[in-house]
Amino acid sequence: MSSSSGGTLTVGAKPSGRLTRRGRARGGEATTLGSSRGGRLALRTVALGYLAVLLGAPLVMIFYRTFEHGLAPVWNAVTAPNALHAMWLSLEIVLIVVPLNTIFGIGAAILLERGRMPGRTLFGLLIDMPFAISPVVVGLALVLVYGRAGWFGDELAAQGINIIFSVPGMVLATALVTLPFVVRETIPVLREMGTDSEQAAETLGARPWQTFWRITLPGIRWGVGYGVVLTTARALGEFGAVSIVSGRIEGQTQTLPLYVQDRFENFDTTGAYTAAVMLAVLALITLLAMNLLARRANKKGGR
Amino acid sequence: MAIEVREVSKRFGEFQALSEVSITVADGALTALLGPSGSGKSTLLRIIAGLETPDTGMVLIDGEDVTSSPARSRGVGFVFQHYAPFKHMTVHDNVGFGLSVRKRPKEEIRDRVSELLSLVRLEGLAERYPSQLSGGQQQRMALARALAVQPQVLLLDEPFGALDAQVRAELREWLRRLHDEIHVTTIFVTHDQEEAMEVAEQIVVMNDGRIEQSGSPRALYEAPANEFVMSFIGPVNRLGDAFLRPHDIQLLSEEGGGEEALVERVVHLGFEVRVELKLGDGRELWAQVTRETAQQLEVQEGQILTVRLPAPRVFAQAG
Repeated sequence: MSSSSGGTLTVGAKPSGRLTRRGRARGGEATTLGSSRGGRLALRTVALGYLAVLLGAPLVMIFYRTFEHGLAPVWNAVTAPNALHAMWLSLEIVLIVVPLNTIFGIGAAILLERGRMPGRTLFGLLIDMPFAISPVVVGLALVLVYGRAGWFGDELAAQGINIIFSVPGMVLATALVTLPFVVRETIPVLREMGTDSEQAAETLGARPWQTFWRITLPGIRWGVGYGVVLTTARALGEFGAVSIVSGRIEGQTQTLPLYVQDRFENFDTTGAYTAAVMLAVLALITLLAMNLLARRANKKGGR
Repeated sequence: MAIEVREVSKRFGEFQALSEVSITVADGALTALLGPSGSGKSTLLRIIAGLETPDTGMVLIDGEDVTSSPARSRGVGFVFQHYAPFKHMTVHDNVGFGLSVRKRPKEEIRDRVSELLSLVRLEGLAERYPSQLSGGQQQRMALARALAVQPQVLLLDEPFGALDAQVRAELREWLRRLHDEIHVTTIFVTHDQEEAMEVAEQIVVMNDGRIEQSGSPRALYEAPANEFVMSFIGPVNRLGDAFLRPHDIQLLSEEGGGEEALVERVVHLGFEVRVELKLGDGRELWAQVTRETAQQLEVQEGQILTVRLPAPRVFAQAG
């Protein structure tokens, strides 16, 4: 999935990474590792070999085992009602979580990078927590707060609102686990952009909201975009937290990853592999969409 | 529009950037804020623009107190040191930004932008992106962008600092002529005394968050108020408490009427020749003479010359 020419954006390459790469190519005098021909070849071999072992082989195996017995069983597995339901549920959760965390992420990044509020460090730490805590713990914590025996569980149940063992809880769990991505990808881009262009917009008469839409947001779009891709991929694949919160009710609270495990435990390997391939394809579509957007924007000039 | 700054102070943490600074800039004037880095000149400019709020003091534009108005309603055009281009917009959209946020009709924006682009000599580059322009072109784009909203006041922060010497000289000259054409009150920040002398009608010399002196380039050069101004504006020799301009030192080949000095080094800089000298008592200084004088004297290293020193300038020790 890597591209050899410097001009096209590699899938998943960070915008800042692109810049340094271009810069190094120009300043050819420095003898860094990988500047000599032999060194470059060795580096490439190691990198590709590592990728092949880690990512390539398992992926190929899954595709192979899925289509081993032809298309018919795969088609049956894909169109199984529970499989379809799991896929739609996964997409539904993604469609709710990604916009929420994108908006929150941009806001939090601006607050952390530009704001002067006290307790910024603490706020930053809190946002990073989901990275550090196991998703299972996140799931358990949510059950403790919203579950039947939890803090608000009873009151919510009395109002007829169920969070645990239903979709709202799964959305909450996914949102929590994917919280840091947009924030952490946006902050460095925001820092690199600096405040000059925003201030220039201000002196030209732009109101804060206009400055945000026309200057800040286009300036950080790569960081945000990359954060969105990561959030989407993680939301699609989230297992631990969702597994606990959902109760894994077949045909009701089963997302694709949960369905994969369910099929696997029931010795339905074709079902499991097919669902795994569906997940992989969804993730690929996300990455491709991002790559296409990047390419189109690149053609338009700018950065 | 006239600008007045009254007793403005600004502190960044422990650092006192400005202490009770007051300046007045006449309507239509072209003024330089000159000083070394850290002297507070950029902070003062940003306070006038409204990009920074003073801790105390007032800013008046055209007699109106704007101290607490936001930058967008002050009617200032600001050109940043690194131009602050909107990288995702074409040159046209950059220049038209100020009109576009004011919701002006498209045709009006197009006309105004093309008018400005020809003023800054960027015709034909409207559809380019800033990354496709040279430094000097980006600088002129930034200027056109600032002028598009017809500011009452034009503020430039180290406008030529990031350009190479030749482009810088061209742009200086061009800014001067532009100012003659459009007559907008202009203040620019620089640390380059030559740039200030060449472009500005009035120079405000700053140091350590204070104003050392302000006046016309000539007045500052001929009657510097203190040591700092004397040594910052133009080259200087320091002999104890006395200050001498190198070009005021006369070199003679015959004896008498002056002190004897040993020529230590001769540097040819085209028309100007620098002669580094050591006086009989060991004090060192240098003289600036024309190429002609140097030829007449046949100046060379190791030679003994007679040096006639002008009346030196002595400043009362500043408190």
